[in-house]
Amino acid sequence: MSAAEFQPTREDFSRAEGARERHALPRPSLSYWQDAWQRLRRNARAMASLWSIVALALFAVAGPWVWRADPAAQDLDQISQAPRLPTRARIVDPFVAWPGVTVATLPTDGPAVPRRLRLADAATTQSVRLIWEPAAGAAGYHVYRNVYDPSPDAALGLPLVEIFDPRRVSFEDRFDLHATRYWYSVVAVDAGGAESKGYAVLVVEPALVISAADAQQRGWLADAALARVGDGVALPYHPFGTDYLGRDMLSRLMHGARISLFIGVLAPLLFMLVGIVYGSAAGFAGGRVDQALMRFADFVVALPFLLFMILFKIAFGIGPGESGIFPMLVALVLLSWPSEARLVRGQILQIRNEGYIGASRLLGAKTGYLVLRHMIPNTIGVILVTLTFEVPRVIFTEAFLSFIGMGVAPPTPSWGSMSNEGIKTMLAHPHELLFPALFISVTVLAFNLLGDGLRDALDVRMRGRE
Amino acid sequence: MLVYILKRLVQGAITVWFIATATFVAMHAVPGDPLRGDKLANEEIRANLKARYGLDRPLLEQYELYIGGMLRGDFGLSYTQENRRVNDIIRENFPVSATLGILALAVATLGGILWGALTALYRNRLPDVVIMFFVIVGISVPSFVIAALSQLGLVTLNSMFGRSLLPVAGWGTLWHMLVPSLVLGLSTMAYLTRLMRASMLEITSSDFVRTARAKGLTPTQIFLKHQLRNAILPVVTVLGPQIALITTGGFVVELVFAIPGLGRYFVDAVQQLDYTVIMGTTVFYGAFLVLMVIFVDILYGFIDPRVTLE
Repeated sequence: MSAAEFQPTREDFSRAEGARERHALPRPSLSYWQDAWQRLRRNARAMASLWSIVALALFAVAGPWVWRADPAAQDLDQISQAPRLPTRARIVDPFVAWPGVTVATLPTDGPAVPRRLRLADAATTQSVRLIWEPAAGAAGYHVYRNVYDPSPDAALGLPLVEIFDPRRVSFEDRFDLHATRYWYSVVAVDAGGAESKGYAVLVVEPALVISAADAQQRGWLADAALARVGDGVALPYHPFGTDYLGRDMLSRLMHGARISLFIGVLAPLLFMLVGIVYGSAAGFAGGRVDQALMRFADFVVALPFLLFMILFKIAFGIGPGESGIFPMLVALVLLSWPSEARLVRGQILQIRNEGYIGASRLLGAKTGYLVLRHMIPNTIGVILVTLTFEVPRVIFTEAFLSFIGMGVAPPTPSWGSMSNEGIKTMLAHPHELLFPALFISVTVLAFNLLGDGLRDALDVRMRGRE
Repeated sequence: MLVYILKRLVQGAITVWFIATATFVAMHAVPGDPLRGDKLANEEIRANLKARYGLDRPLLEQYELYIGGMLRGDFGLSYTQENRRVNDIIRENFPVSATLGILALAVATLGGILWGALTALYRNRLPDVVIMFFVIVGISVPSFVIAALSQLGLVTLNSMFGRSLLPVAGWGTLWHMLVPSLVLGLSTMAYLTRLMRASMLEITSSDFVRTARAKGLTPTQIFLKHQLRNAILPVVTVLGPQIALITTGGFVVELVFAIPGLGRYFVDAVQQLDYTVIMGTTVFYGAFLVLMVIFVDILYGFIDPRVTLE
């Protein structure tokens, strides 16, 4: 609308009554922290991370109270057990040796392959009894056992026995039997010791059994005399399986969480504290002192971090019976404070020159008041965010050191050392690596996402924006 | 320019001296005797060995010898391997680590720039979501787990095809290098992707891009000449520290894939407490990293014409 068209009426000059109402705040004013918390709460990823961290903390702190299995107790009968549901073993009579089967007459013609491979008895973890019909022209038999189907590439698996008597057509397997599926193969051997091409194969799934005396010896049964054959007895339950020494994985993961989170949270707190003191001293002092302090910090920053972590770990040494957590904490603090000091100094220098500091000083504020009222509240957001990002870095460092054997000392479990042990049995028992690796990854991920969320929530420029 | 490089080199030399001194102090603070072991029970042999390694002299003199040796580029003799010079160990094993590191860095940088640019172009659409998911995985899963899992994957793949498609471990051909360098570069690639994405998004909404569009440039021209070139700058800045990360990450990858590099040698030396090898390797790596950071800073001056090196 151009000026020529504008025809003011009397009402255009009346008092604008509604102005006061319109300028009223639509919602109550929020403090910095209330606002940050509100924005963090709206960030679904950050909240999910926060709850994951709370859950992990509970897992570490309260877990061992609920799940009381000893993380160091070894059970060599149950090594590298995969996670499974609670199982019960059936009580059976004590083992009695089996005489086996021999045939009187040998076939002269027919295939040179053992036929009708079958079980002589119900298969149990106590023993698997195999019998077969003799092969023509055989001088003996080889029996193999595998944990997967041998047919694609004739991988018969573990050689169990070599029988040098063609009349002997039975074998009793008692070697380390578990309640899983086995493929037994029998191959005929000629007089020269060469195996025939064909073989007989049988799939067997032994039932989990134990004799009453054995059960009592292992502590699964109070009194063997009261148990009857056919009764069930509950096995010690390992929901996450066991490791290569038969130790309970769940309990080790809980105790490992204590170590990993303890170092992961305490070390950043400590070196942040050192960094705050050093950085704010340099920032306040200024001039030559500042130059000298920061030059020294620059040198420490230039040290190759992981190499010096290893060096310090060696230098501090670990005595017998110590877990090696303390040397790791000291080394982490010694090497990590300078970057935090730089950060704090930068913040202090920036804030020191702000107009509101000058205004506050003009109004008579003393240094103590300035620090408490302005410096700390204005830096704490940045510090908090950095702290959140330092936690996963420290957890990674701990895991790396434990992986190359320089972390916490063996009986103490940490996620890093558990991964290190799990990697050796990775091909056969992947759960021993996957569980600790999963816990490290989830923790690191949660702290990283929470850090992202916090950074967005605490950023004043984002205030009131969506 | 020349003055700047000289100044940086002098600073770097002081830093390397600081690293060497810190290493010396840390190693000599170790309680106990580096020359222990059953075969050294004889006092005479011990004394001879001490004299050979210069351990019978006062600490200050040892320090002088150590620094003097370093200035001449001599890192001394190995404690656990008789008559083997640390220099020879480094000369033999470092090229392997360097090859692996350069490959990993190339994978990480190219991948990071490419994926980062892609995610920014397809912001909040499917390619962005998929790539960012892998970025999060790359950042949160420790390198040794990725190394172990990829090895497990290789074993499964080879047994599935019934022949060796890719070697599972070892060193020699380009095929041996492929998977380890991918694994080693992964976390850096993830980090660079994130950085590249953020910087691309920032550049896209900047004034000069709008001007370029207003001038009537095609989207391809804008992307290549304006957005990409400017967005790469933060990536170059972090390359220096990232080289350090790749170097130490190499330890784990060399260990898992049985690659005869300096990193694996270092881990062995740490486990056997071979002090001279540990000290020599640390100082060597330290000097290497300092040089790399200086190199990246100078490179930055060439890439970004706004930066003047002073």
